[in-house]
Amino acid sequence: MTDALLQVKNLSKRFGGIVATDDLSLDVRQGELHALIGPNGAGKTTLITQLTGQLTPDSGAVLFAGEDISSLPAYQRSQLGLARSFQITSLFLDMTALDNVALAVQAHAGHSFRFWAPARGEAELRDPARAALARVGLGERMNVRAAAMSHGEHRLIEIAMALAAKPRLLLLDEPMAGLGPEESARMVTLLRELKRDYAVLLVEHDMEAVFALADRITVLVYGRAIATGAPDAIRANEDVKRAYLGEQKAVTRHG
Amino acid sequence: MMKQSLLSVRGIAIAIMLLLLALLPVYSHATGNIFALTLFTRILIYALAAASLNLIMGFGGMMSFGHAAYLGIGGYAVGILAHEGIASGFVQWPVAIAVSALFALVIGALSLRTRGVYFIMITLAFAQMAYYIAAGMARYGGDDGLTIYKRSDFAGLINLSDKVQFYYLCFVLLLAAIYLIYRIVNSRFGMVVQGARSNEKRMQAIGFPTYRYQLTCFVIAGTLCGIAGALLANNTDFVSPAIMYWTRSGDLMVMVILGGMGSLFGPVFGAIVLLVLEELLSQFTEYWQIILGPMLLLIVLFARGGIDGMLGRRTHD
Amino acid sequence: MLLFIEQLLNGLQFGLLLFLLAAGLTLVFGIMDMVNLAHGSLYMMGAYFAATFAAWTGSFIGGALLALGATFLLGIALEFIALRHLYGRDHLDHVLATFGLILFFNELVRLVWGPGGLSLPLPAWLTFPVQILPGVYYSAYRLSIIVVSLLVAGFLYVLVMRTRIGMLIRAGASNREMIGALGINIKLLFMLVFGLGAALAALAGLMQAPILTVQIGMGENILILAFVIIVIGGIGSIRGAFIAAVLVGLIDTLGRSFLPDLLRTILSSTAASTAAPAISSMLIYLLMAVVLVVRPEGLFPASRR
Repeated sequence: MTDALLQVKNLSKRFGGIVATDDLSLDVRQGELHALIGPNGAGKTTLITQLTGQLTPDSGAVLFAGEDISSLPAYQRSQLGLARSFQITSLFLDMTALDNVALAVQAHAGHSFRFWAPARGEAELRDPARAALARVGLGERMNVRAAAMSHGEHRLIEIAMALAAKPRLLLLDEPMAGLGPEESARMVTLLRELKRDYAVLLVEHDMEAVFALADRITVLVYGRAIATGAPDAIRANEDVKRAYLGEQKAVTRHG
Repeated sequence: MMKQSLLSVRGIAIAIMLLLLALLPVYSHATGNIFALTLFTRILIYALAAASLNLIMGFGGMMSFGHAAYLGIGGYAVGILAHEGIASGFVQWPVAIAVSALFALVIGALSLRTRGVYFIMITLAFAQMAYYIAAGMARYGGDDGLTIYKRSDFAGLINLSDKVQFYYLCFVLLLAAIYLIYRIVNSRFGMVVQGARSNEKRMQAIGFPTYRYQLTCFVIAGTLCGIAGALLANNTDFVSPAIMYWTRSGDLMVMVILGGMGSLFGPVFGAIVLLVLEELLSQFTEYWQIILGPMLLLIVLFARGGIDGMLGRRTHD
Repeated sequence: MLLFIEQLLNGLQFGLLLFLLAAGLTLVFGIMDMVNLAHGSLYMMGAYFAATFAAWTGSFIGGALLALGATFLLGIALEFIALRHLYGRDHLDHVLATFGLILFFNELVRLVWGPGGLSLPLPAWLTFPVQILPGVYYSAYRLSIIVVSLLVAGFLYVLVMRTRIGMLIRAGASNREMIGALGINIKLLFMLVFGLGAALAALAGLMQAPILTVQIGMGENILILAFVIIVIGGIGSIRGAFIAAVLVGLIDTLGRSFLPDLLRTILSSTAASTAAPAISSMLIYLLMAVVLVVRPEGLFPASRR
């Protein structure tokens, strides 16, 4: 209980007749990589957006480091140390990779009502941004405009921006989406390194990656958590096999 | 290499333009061409107004269609005080600045709740309200406007009735405004405002309360334009609701887009081109707008990035 | 009381006229995502065409029909030559390009018809007052504007809600890619919708013409009103445009006729007579500001794009 960094308590959200999140409870502990899996439409991204504060749940509570953050706006949650990467790449495309990440640093460097000094000359902003880009392996590419970079690189910038926000918890929404096999392997290596330093809540479709990386896994079906446990326990769970893994295998076999 | 040489073409064009603007009163004095001096004084004032609009529109992505309202507010602050017998510029100008800032604060606070076309239209609506308020002020001329019999008096520091001194005042204020905008857009504040133009949702997700930054930016722009309004009223010795009419806001937008959105010196190019063209075409034919109109259309269709874009500046897209 | 009923009808008439203008604007806006400032120019052209053709044919109806056809064709030509190249562009590009078109049309009219303006005489068979309630008389012409506008509104309702084209229009307003996916000739659909909008604007212009004069710039003030209406109503929503138009028409007309008297009770009579028109002109913008502050996407937002 005490070492839970993020606690989600009985969260519910419905859109009209559709229940997107159904009395959901889970927690992410310090130093843990907790993976969230489930078929398409299980409500994974909806859950993430409720955690970050872009969407308000109908009922339930979100606790971060023991503090109830349910009614905080997105930017305040982010300042507490909740960093999110987006499933669909959402960058400042007309800026360089470094500018992108430097903005993420700036968000956590006090208020920005500073009108005179050139921001691109401030070591306080640029150095952490360079470090974050170097950490994800984009050190050489930091002065390229984001619009001119590949999809895989965009995913890495996303991670770098999350890192630059001095996070305590990383919410990674499908970081491997759309990556080729080589890029995926690179991302798995990166995530394995990151989980040493940060608590991570990982939403991912790539089962191989999930089972290789996760300490615990929660399976979401129709907005409800049907099982939570270590990878082996999840693999053996009959409900999960029926609801999710079986279907997934069938799909991949056809594909 | 390529980019380098293009950049210098652009640099040279800007330098030449500034040099010519600085030397214009000398030319006017030597040839006795007062008309050029009058025209370019007006151009400098409009360039200042357009530069302020460019700050929110080009850098901040806030498409205000009511920017001419601040021209009117700055102008009426000078006009009304002069009418009431207060000719001192040390009173008139701070009032013009304060009222413009206050108006921008109120308008911005309400308008920034909306986005996209709704923002364009609500800023237009507020400007139209200001227009009708001015038209309804019977004491200050109503529809017919207000003649200013004495220009702002700066206690001998500068004489606004002297055409050359007034020209250089406008020139210096324009350069100061552009320098201010240059500092602002490259500061932390400017990064936030430009980030919000590029991807507002993401800015909020990484921890920026964008609204208050955008509002601050909106107020700065409105205030700068209010100064242009005070200059304009002094220049024409007259202020009327017409300077707030929505087509005037349209003119300012045209200058910004013509010059190149989000380009520091673009609005100056835009103001020069639009107003000189207006002057030239109207000498050529009484029906000059029949040429100007389709030209605007062609510029939109074929010359994206405006004049500064043609000079080789890369536009953000 | 009599005056109030008359002004109420005047407000309704003005509102319905505004609806004709706003309907075309909101269709073009909702479907093509196109801000067309030159819509007011089409309104003006409709009035000029009608005045010219009516003088030529000697018949109000004949002139009106020819003007509708001419403006429809003008709208289609405008779409084909200029505006279709702007679809998918930034709204700002639309504003700038169509701002240029306004300048063009104003000067074109000055060149062709001169700066003086024209008049379109009321047809003799519509100049008498009609008794609408016992003891209450109202101009037959204004009444016929109300009837015609309501008929057109009904026609639009049937067109949009009951026909295949209407289904496409609605689909387009909420999801532009979908029409493409249905394999419809979008270019043709857009062109026709634009022509229809132009004809509606012309109808508004030519019906208003006998009441006011036909002059350069007549389209601009009313265009802003039409924009206010579609913003209040929610962009792309015909129903919203209808309700907002009637609302705006009533507020504007009633404000203009009763505000001076109201103000006179608190202000001196000269101050009231100058302030009243300004305040009543402001009322509409005030309404829009209030609506947008409370509902940033208008009263009836079309389903999200």
